[in-house]
Amino acid sequence: MTDMPLSSSAALPDRKPASLLEQDARTKARNAAEKRFRLYGVAAIAISMIALVVLLATILTGGAGAFRQTYLNIPVTLDAAVLDPKGNRDPAEMAKVLTLSYGRVLDAAVEATVARHGIQIEGLTEKDIDGLISKEASAQVRDRVLANPDLVGQTVEFDVLTGGRIDGYFKGRVTMESAERDSNTSPQQLLLAQELADRGEMVTRFNWNFLTNADASDQRPEAAGVGVAILGSFYMMLVVLALAVPIGIAASIYLEEFAPKNRITDIIEVNISNLAAVPSIVFGILGLAAFINFAGLPQSAPIVGGLVLTLMTLPRIIIPTRAALKAVPPSIRDAALGVGASKMQSVFHHVLPLATPGILTGVILGLAQALGETAPLLLIGMVAFIRDHPDGLPGGLFDPASALPVQVYNWTQRSDPAFIERASGAIIVLLIFLLCMNVLAIWLRRKFERRW
Amino acid sequence: MYDMNRPEKAVSQTETKISARKVQVYYGDKHALKDVDVDILDKTVTAFIGPSGCGKSTFLRCINRMNDTIPIARVEGQILLDNEDVYDRRVDPVQLRAKVGMVFQKPNPFPKSIYDNVAYGPRIHGLARNRAELDGIVEKALRGAALWNEVKDRLSEPGTGLSGGQQQRLCIARAVATSPEVLLMDEPCSALDPIATAQVEELIEELRSQFSVVIVTHSMQQAARVSQKTAFFHLGNLVEYGDTDDIFTRPRDSRTEAYISGRIG
Repeated sequence: MTDMPLSSSAALPDRKPASLLEQDARTKARNAAEKRFRLYGVAAIAISMIALVVLLATILTGGAGAFRQTYLNIPVTLDAAVLDPKGNRDPAEMAKVLTLSYGRVLDAAVEATVARHGIQIEGLTEKDIDGLISKEASAQVRDRVLANPDLVGQTVEFDVLTGGRIDGYFKGRVTMESAERDSNTSPQQLLLAQELADRGEMVTRFNWNFLTNADASDQRPEAAGVGVAILGSFYMMLVVLALAVPIGIAASIYLEEFAPKNRITDIIEVNISNLAAVPSIVFGILGLAAFINFAGLPQSAPIVGGLVLTLMTLPRIIIPTRAALKAVPPSIRDAALGVGASKMQSVFHHVLPLATPGILTGVILGLAQALGETAPLLLIGMVAFIRDHPDGLPGGLFDPASALPVQVYNWTQRSDPAFIERASGAIIVLLIFLLCMNVLAIWLRRKFERRW
Repeated sequence: MYDMNRPEKAVSQTETKISARKVQVYYGDKHALKDVDVDILDKTVTAFIGPSGCGKSTFLRCINRMNDTIPIARVEGQILLDNEDVYDRRVDPVQLRAKVGMVFQKPNPFPKSIYDNVAYGPRIHGLARNRAELDGIVEKALRGAALWNEVKDRLSEPGTGLSGGQQQRLCIARAVATSPEVLLMDEPCSALDPIATAQVEELIEELRSQFSVVIVTHSMQQAARVSQKTAFFHLGNLVEYGDTDDIFTRPRDSRTEAYISGRIG
């Protein structure tokens, strides 16, 4: 006891008097370490920014072409002898005439246009001339004629789709050199296209059809669009919004505010956290087993996709919602209870409004994640080739549809490079939707944010 | 030391409002409050003093059953409010808390307008039949909390925009607006500056005419200034309870004497 003061004074370090104007070695080392750390931080941010810029640049340059499309403007003589052999203009009878016949009419129209302009190119074959336009063009014309049978017998101006190679030539994807080696086109055909473009018959303009059309087969990338995929994704988001959001928020409120803290709620809590970490493809297998094989819901349907995504999104909504509720200061709950509010009144009048910005952010980010999810949808058949738009609501929920990320995956599998352009275009559409959702999340957070 | 500016401490009331018998509180295994017996009089200010962790706030929160919100807390014994046991199984704590208002240590106005803060209690308890009546209740409560003149022109502004002292008086107005019979105050001035403290203390003196006020405080001067009855808690025991004058001038227990003279706590 008595030697305490002595030993404690002996333990004090011996500090030499030093000038404040000079940094000692330790200070220098510490400052250097801090400087290094800041540099690492800047480098990390720079790397991620570069990665982001490269990603965006690649997608934008690759996908911008999908939003422009080359059309050939030609007068088509709709020969009554071919298109309406019975001559009675009965749509039912005319529907028996296949696209093949329309193809012949179109071929004649293209050849006539080339002849009218007097374009002479050495080595140009009839196949080159007929190949200018898309195989989809005959269906395009047929649809219009069947919708308006009186057109038969007249000569009508049509903007028909050009073939994928021609379209690619005007976007720089196809060149004279690549055309030499390509059995689907030839330098002569490209020259012809150039001549027609110079004469103003062939134009490249904004492509609304990309946003509305359904998918198209391997030979006609020029006709493929994301219309069905957008509708399918939209329907699925509706299902997720209608199921995951109320269930998720109700579950969070109950768990956070009302549930007793015991072993059972602990287990539930751990399981919710684990579910959030389950790979999404597992939810796809679950959906296949539960909704399609057991419940008998149709394959490829947005309702099934929506249910699977709901399961996947639930924990991702519950976790941020609980965090937002937890972040409301307990003094607010005390204040409400102190004036005689019931538990439920304190939650719904005071806690929930304060947690709203956090909850909304969580919900929208959860939805955004669901919108971009691919793997589980592959397992429930949404990767199928869907040619028809789903119906309106609510029946459309049960019709086959695609989804944006699945459509991207699907197109990247195809051989024609035009589909790579389409896939990039679909990615741009997807990114725009995600961006809108994130902006909405930020805006809602700002709007509802309050200080206490 | 404690006899400066003290109003007459004679207790005129003899009617018991709250009567606690053998109250025990456990937090899990910890026995936080042991055998507390106390009779709190109507229309009187009763101060609970004692060192930190002595159980005075715990006891206060037993009276309006705010301890129910702590899952591990367990209360035994009897607390009678007007001869009805507040821990009776038939008692709904929500109804109890409408009768026993509470003001907390930190001002905690709702992030709503000043008007809505005060009107919230009357609204959920259905005390006003129309807007005019509600306006009347709000004005009366704000006047009662000596805040009316400062906020009457900005009732729609957020309550959180007021100064600390104003916020605490707003919380008092909020508690008063439901016309409670007892007002519990848990260290209401600990977050306030001396001027705001003086205002709140003055207010407490006025509130005494309407109902029984129970105040927990760390400041012995404050207890001496505002209360007529004082209870001294130490390590979960109610050591001494009596007239404030007696506690501060003629303490019977050596621990009380040690505390008020600054030797423990």
